[in-house]
Amino acid sequence: MAIGTSTGLGSAPADGASLLPVPDAAGRRMRLQLPRSPKVLIGLAMLAVFLIVAVIGPWIAPYNPSRSFSATASFPQAPSAAHWLGTTQQQQDVLSQLLAGGRSTVLVAFVAGLVATVLSIVIGVTAGYAGRLTDDLLSMLANFFLVLPALPLLIVIFGFLKTAQGGHDLLIGLVIAITGWAWGARVLRAQTLSLRNRDYVESARIVGERGWRIIGFEILPNLTPIVASSFLFTVLYGVGTYTALAFLGLVNPNHWSWGGMLFYAQVAGAEQSGYWWLFIPPGIAVALLGTSLALINFGIDEFINPRLRVAGLSRRRARRAGVSGLPKRFVLGVTPVVRQDLAAAADGTPGWGPGGRAPGGPAPGAGSADLISASGHAKSRRWRRGGGQ
Amino acid sequence: MRTLARRIGFYLLTAVAAVTVDFLIPRVIPGNPLDAVLAHTQGQVITKATLRALEVQFGTHSKTGQWGQYLHYWSNLAHGNLGVSTSEGMVPVTTVIRGALPWTLGLVGTATVLSFILGTLLGILIAWRRGTWLDNLLPATTFFQAAPYFFLAFLAIDLFAIKLAWFPSGSARGILDFPAVNWTYISDVLDHAILPALTIVVASGAGWIVGMRNVMVTTMDEDYVLMAQAKGLPKRRVIWYAARNAILPSISGFSLAIGFVVSGALLTEIVFSYPGLGFVLLNAVQEADYALLQGVFLVITMAVLLANLAADFVYVFLDPRTRQEA
Repeated sequence: MAIGTSTGLGSAPADGASLLPVPDAAGRRMRLQLPRSPKVLIGLAMLAVFLIVAVIGPWIAPYNPSRSFSATASFPQAPSAAHWLGTTQQQQDVLSQLLAGGRSTVLVAFVAGLVATVLSIVIGVTAGYAGRLTDDLLSMLANFFLVLPALPLLIVIFGFLKTAQGGHDLLIGLVIAITGWAWGARVLRAQTLSLRNRDYVESARIVGERGWRIIGFEILPNLTPIVASSFLFTVLYGVGTYTALAFLGLVNPNHWSWGGMLFYAQVAGAEQSGYWWLFIPPGIAVALLGTSLALINFGIDEFINPRLRVAGLSRRRARRAGVSGLPKRFVLGVTPVVRQDLAAAADGTPGWGPGGRAPGGPAPGAGSADLISASGHAKSRRWRRGGGQ
Repeated sequence: MRTLARRIGFYLLTAVAAVTVDFLIPRVIPGNPLDAVLAHTQGQVITKATLRALEVQFGTHSKTGQWGQYLHYWSNLAHGNLGVSTSEGMVPVTTVIRGALPWTLGLVGTATVLSFILGTLLGILIAWRRGTWLDNLLPATTFFQAAPYFFLAFLAIDLFAIKLAWFPSGSARGILDFPAVNWTYISDVLDHAILPALTIVVASGAGWIVGMRNVMVTTMDEDYVLMAQAKGLPKRRVIWYAARNAILPSISGFSLAIGFVVSGALLTEIVFSYPGLGFVLLNAVQEADYALLQGVFLVITMAVLLANLAADFVYVFLDPRTRQEA
């Protein structure tokens, strides 16, 4: 999170009008708060593993993924000591293909995510900030790309790229990005619209800042969580789309990727003949890569909209925080949160939400459970706890 | 109703743009489409008239300029003439599409509606019972969401069709095969549709669950929900009030989702050899059958636009605020 640029001017919207965290002195705490959720930690760890495989995979692969081990055997061989994940119909080592194919899959997805995110920032933020005709035209462009069914278009494009240069990762990523930027642009435009009329942006304009400076230093830093979320979403889209295109055989099949392995599995009739080692490893790899991105995105969602996180006070977590005697099921419209002693002591007033104390009272020396109506109160409380009041 | 008029205007413009993209496909791709078609039709007799028709269609050997060809394309479209399919034995493209469309509509329609309803209901349930073990379902659903549709299809075939043999693993009836409607036929269609539909529901349902749950959790903290609770309304009634308001973003998100679902369904069709539009499209690409490819792309685009328009109508009907704005 970029902090400090709009610090003094960004007054806290206590009414909860903005779903974005307020950048203030608590910023350093917020940055640390993000990876604390187990979902995000697991997601980040998984993603790190995939990135490492993408870099070193082709080097640590035991064999050349295209090397055929036997000219006589005509059926895929089940996993054995020599080939941990078995062999393909062409008697190639599946494990080597899996390790070598990661690089292309990850590279295409990240190129697609990067290019699409840049496009969506340029178009979305410009549309939201400029307004009027520019906004109308750019929004229309984004909406057009949003409703255009992407995969059929990509199938058509790649059907003819294949012969030319279908094995080029950067090019594939670029083409996928062109169909994948619109969603991010729409979200960014909406948020820019709401930021544009904030006091601190208004003051910057009155002071005489130039347009690009206001966008770059006042607006963009506050869009960071949304940009990150849209980046991950597009990478996820890139993984799925690239895998689909390779699976359809529309990408040069000598260029190893997980989608390409699934293509060969389909050619070998793996699902009909029970050759599970041909499609389970690449399929699981793609699914796990996607899951890791989605898990991180969960964390960002909870960061953008703290109610999603506050809501997750399970009985186990409540017990760990030293709170006992919670009601068996919470009433609708009331969100339980754990309030730390520090904040409670500083605040002093026990019933600042309409809900009042939880039955059972606070356990000594730990925390207290407050049932509060979380329409904004819980959120602003949490963000400001670091001392930025 | 100005909102609706604006939306209709937008979709009309988008439709024009889509037709233009469709017109440009054989013209912007590298290589000569006519040669590609002829290379794939060896062994078939191509009459002079057919050749002429293909030339006009691709604009390869035409005396009229690009603009004239563009107008010609529109007039053909207005007459329901999409050209002839070179890979399906020179039958009109419209015939091929008419044979495949019902299959896709049946599969995608049923699966989309099912996954929307099931996903939304599950999302409401998970939000309502937040803090219980149901919360752990969320990370699990992301796995299915992230897994490629066709990978789930592989698993489904391997498990249900081969190992357990509950469903047929062979392909469904052929594309141009339209027998009389009787029970054998219907049960055949159902038998072949359940597994693909199940795959689509599992893969796309996760998105609805997460979306609905997140909005529902936020909505449940609104003051009017607390008010309803405080008034002592039955729990079911309170949930109904909250859910009714929480479902709006899901419906407006339909525009985003329908494109993904259609794309996924096309892949599912290919894995299951299901004789729908996705199958036809891939064949057309592989056989360099440009007319068929253009036709299928156009039909898919129009179907997605119509679904979006329908979602917009429902949204305006459900949310009075959109009506007041105008």
